[in-house]
Amino acid sequence: MKLYSVSRRGLLKGGAVLGAGLAAPTIFTSRASAFTNEPTGSTVTLGFNVPQTGPYAEEGKDELRAQQLAVEHLNGEGDGGMLNTFSSKALQGNGILGKKVTFVTGDTQTKSDAARASAKSMIEKDGAIMINGGSSSGVAIAVQGLCQDAGVIFMAGLTHSNDTTGKDKKANGFRHFFNAYMSGAALAPVLKNAYGADRRAYHLTADYTWGWTQQESIVAATEGIGWETVETVLTPLASTDFSSYIAPVLNSGADVLVLNHYGGNMVNSLTQAVQFGLRDKTVNGKQFEIVVPLYSELMAKGAGENIKGVLGSMNWNWQLDDAGTKAFVQSFGKKYGFPPSNSAQTCYAQVILYADAVARAGSFNPCAVVEALEGGDSSLPGVSSAANKGFLFDGLGNGPTLYRSADHQCFKDVLVVKGRENPTTEYDTLEIVEKTPAAQVWYEPDHPMFAGGNLGTCNPGA
Amino acid sequence: MDAIILQLLNGLDKGSAYALIALGLSLIFGTLGVVNFAHGALFMIGAFCAVTLNKLFSLSTVTIDPTKKDFLGNPLQVKTPYLESWFGDFGAGLMDWSVPLSILFSIPIMLAIGFVMERGLIKHFYKRPHADQILVTFGLAIVLQEIVKAFYGANPISTPAPDLLKGSLDFGIILGFDPNAVIYPAWRFVYFLFAAVIIGGVFAFLQFTTFGMVVRAGMADRETVGLLGINIDRRFTIMFGLAAAVAGMAGVMYAPINSPNYHMGMDFLVLSFVVVVVGGMGSLTGAVAAGFLLGILESFASMNEVKSFFQSIMLPSIDQIIIYLVAVIILLTRPRGLMGRKGVMED
Amino acid sequence: MSATVKDNDRLLLTVFVILVLAGPIVLAPIGASYPDLLQRFAIYGVFAIGFNILFGLTGYLSFGHAAFLGVGSYAAVWMFKLLNYNVIPALVLAVVVSAVFALVIGYVSLRRSGIYFSILTLAFAQMMYNLAYSVLTPITNGETGLQVYTDDPQWLQTAGSPTTTNLFGIRMNEVFWKPEFLGFEAQFNYGYYFAAVFLILAFYIALRIFRSPFGMMLRAVKSNQNRMGYTGLNPRPYTLAAFVISGMYAGLAGGLLACMDPLAGAERMQWTASGEVVLMTILGGAGTLLGPVLGAGFIKYLEAIFSKVNETVLQDWFSFMPDWMGDALSFVISPFVGEGWHLTLGALFMAIVIFLPGGLIDGARQLGRWIGGGFGGGDRKPAHSPVPAE
Repeated sequence: MKLYSVSRRGLLKGGAVLGAGLAAPTIFTSRASAFTNEPTGSTVTLGFNVPQTGPYAEEGKDELRAQQLAVEHLNGEGDGGMLNTFSSKALQGNGILGKKVTFVTGDTQTKSDAARASAKSMIEKDGAIMINGGSSSGVAIAVQGLCQDAGVIFMAGLTHSNDTTGKDKKANGFRHFFNAYMSGAALAPVLKNAYGADRRAYHLTADYTWGWTQQESIVAATEGIGWETVETVLTPLASTDFSSYIAPVLNSGADVLVLNHYGGNMVNSLTQAVQFGLRDKTVNGKQFEIVVPLYSELMAKGAGENIKGVLGSMNWNWQLDDAGTKAFVQSFGKKYGFPPSNSAQTCYAQVILYADAVARAGSFNPCAVVEALEGGDSSLPGVSSAANKGFLFDGLGNGPTLYRSADHQCFKDVLVVKGRENPTTEYDTLEIVEKTPAAQVWYEPDHPMFAGGNLGTCNPGA
Repeated sequence: MDAIILQLLNGLDKGSAYALIALGLSLIFGTLGVVNFAHGALFMIGAFCAVTLNKLFSLSTVTIDPTKKDFLGNPLQVKTPYLESWFGDFGAGLMDWSVPLSILFSIPIMLAIGFVMERGLIKHFYKRPHADQILVTFGLAIVLQEIVKAFYGANPISTPAPDLLKGSLDFGIILGFDPNAVIYPAWRFVYFLFAAVIIGGVFAFLQFTTFGMVVRAGMADRETVGLLGINIDRRFTIMFGLAAAVAGMAGVMYAPINSPNYHMGMDFLVLSFVVVVVGGMGSLTGAVAAGFLLGILESFASMNEVKSFFQSIMLPSIDQIIIYLVAVIILLTRPRGLMGRKGVMED
Repeated sequence: MSATVKDNDRLLLTVFVILVLAGPIVLAPIGASYPDLLQRFAIYGVFAIGFNILFGLTGYLSFGHAAFLGVGSYAAVWMFKLLNYNVIPALVLAVVVSAVFALVIGYVSLRRSGIYFSILTLAFAQMMYNLAYSVLTPITNGETGLQVYTDDPQWLQTAGSPTTTNLFGIRMNEVFWKPEFLGFEAQFNYGYYFAAVFLILAFYIALRIFRSPFGMMLRAVKSNQNRMGYTGLNPRPYTLAAFVISGMYAGLAGGLLACMDPLAGAERMQWTASGEVVLMTILGGAGTLLGPVLGAGFIKYLEAIFSKVNETVLQDWFSFMPDWMGDALSFVISPFVGEGWHLTLGALFMAIVIFLPGGLIDGARQLGRWIGGGFGGGDRKPAHSPVPAE
């Protein structure tokens, strides 16, 4: 209590100095609220925390576009987008629980520190009740932890590391995006079909947490189909020139190169690997191949024609032909003039899912929202598991999807895509090879790659 | 053995990029005594010269093809580049060779940027403390990269080499190894040759022309040269332009290796300072030598055998720190880097 | 002479203390009165004051000071993980560990001067950053940042004690008073006042160092090392002491950051972070007492506020204007805010260093003189003018 009196005295002194201009301080107005940032007026504020500077700025921009679109649709403006196809009909197009949706934005800079600072300012200053967005796992995990402590809901954007819903999972955090394990599980059968079961893989992996979980997952999956792992090499995150890591690949006896890289790393390592002529070579009597486990449209564009024929996985793609995707692509394309990326889709879906959960719960209280998102006992068809419980929905672009209550991870079909050989337009860089059904990428919550975490209990703050 | 030759090639190639950037930086240090934090931005602008020319070449007429649909279900807009419709195959060839052609395009642009920068801004900072120079050039670097970002976005932009130079060369056969033992990308080989020519050219220019002689004299003792009635200022402006052009050309040629993005200059900035300082302040030879040395050491450090050796002596991930570790060792054993001159930037 | 300096110092200190303690009110009108930003002002103020003791006095430009900030943060979070959420042990360890690192790195780096020194410090910091991000992940938790997990030992944690950072039960993240002044909301927060106490202490110690014989020695190092050598003095112990003190300031700042928010990210040690404190100091006015604090506040404010301005906010601002005018203004301003906030930052760096060679503090002094001139009409120095170091 000592500090308290010091600051009070300081305050009075300060007040005396500043004097006349200030209104008389009203003593200790603590607003009674049941949870952090309880919306009391006619509006509710969402916080969109996306990278606006740094290497992922373009991805962040696309997320922001989708989030703005989602807000419009929630408020009943525009064509309604995926609200029309969403299986839950709790949302009326009149905001959330009758409150108009407004939003604030922040810049994560793709640094966990900066992301937490901007999320904090949205929570403390602007009264944001939910944080959404981001394009890296480090940021997602850092902000998720913050939201848990602050008592707001975190709806993750693009985050692919197993840890987000594994060892770092939190009760207030939810992930719609798929993860490294699912990438591996979805890719393996396709790789086996395309390149055979007798292959020798060489892995280049970005030397940080996401890279490691990605490598662990894909190594396990490819060894599961009979591939041999020749070597796994870690590359510094800051590298822009991968030549010294690519050069030894050809002489290692490997006939497949797996690039566990994302973003700028991926663009450069793939471009440089192609320049080394790897894809023109025949090793062990087989055509040499390159695999990129995690694709994104923007990075595919950056790598240009080097991605032709290269296999990888995605959470969603605008070329899907279900009703939800069509509605979303129409709505987004009309507004911005080009198709949305998969990070845009995941952010859009997350905003809608949050709003829907609030509407179904009838309350903004994070604990009520968590309960609504955990659903009840609905389960994903085709999976027999005790953990197959949660909130089942459809019509948001990925087909039937389960928000699993055990770890707040979405389970849905995963796309395996390939760089298109003859694109007709500049957006047409990838083609869908396979929709791997959710049952095939299913794992138990206690899978060793996800072990060690604890959801804890929901925190309403205040 | 083949692995060592490969990494040597890699090292020379990495080194030539470092050396080119460091050369320009060192020219500005040496001649003008200015710490130029915007040098990385000049490299980046060079790379974007290649992107720009590529875009200019592919300016297109738009025709509507009603038989096909775009993603919204509207009739597809088909783009045909003007160059192709005007010149046919020659136009397509021009587009293919846009990166090498960008060198010609970039020289006047970079010279102009260099002149404007020196006359408009840097000139006023000759007498100011180095800290002020850092602040103003860092501010300029941010402004430049944000302008590029506003025009081209933050995403890397694929800027391919000409088809002819896209593939790889098999050096192994020449040297008597098995086929496929020493495969090296053709474009990287071109980059190395290009760097050698530029570096040689700059040195020849400074060594064998009267202009170069005066500049070298000015580097050694600016005041005395001024007292002799020689207008050293104008020559220094030209040197700044030259340094900018060298950085720009290094950037142009680097575009196919590293898809240009707006912050690539910052990625190189710190590294190029380390190179210059390891080389020694005020020594161009030192900067070039340090560039190649660090490039080669970095390549060798990334070999699996080397990594596991250092792992076994409790130095894991040697490739993460090699550049800085070498910098520390060199600066501690040689007080002024490899070939630094006494009294330059030591206070 | 000395009497006036003392008087001026006392006045300076008083004004500083009042301004810091009244921070939540003073900063409310510019939208900065919320805990996170206020805390950052205070903490980065400490960091910049410490950096200025080295750079402003001795002229040694360290380009790796963020390493000590990072080390301090890691040390503090480890104390939370091992003991409990009390901030005192965390801060003590943060300062001690950063002092050790500063001693080692300083001892080695100070063998060189000028840019060679800068690159040595940069190299050490970059090595630490690269390793922290990758191979040292078991200690630093790499990309994600070191944080406290529920299954951490926390040996001193008892059933009733708070589960957030606290000072013997006073929670750092608690807002204890949220009044409104003239329509602006001000948030009074324990964490800010805790950090503010350290800011004031840091400022006071820096003031004493600046005025002490030790400070004179450091200035002598800057002006002419050779001459100092001729008088039989060895400058190394003095510069090393300054380096370690400023490293401890950085460690304290890092520890405080962790106390406000128990997560330590590796980016705190990256060269951009080291560059940031250099910029803060030069921007505010290197070698002055108040300048670095101003510079720190300036950069953190831009980062926090400008990056959050988006189209909707702009439309809101200009809603009182006719539509065409508001649209035009939004169009002009939008490249400088939101995703373009770096552009503003860069442009302001340039503008300040071009027009205010002495940094922000110089600008404040000129403004003061101008106002003083307007009122008093003489060349009398305004009373609240901070005392320059030189």
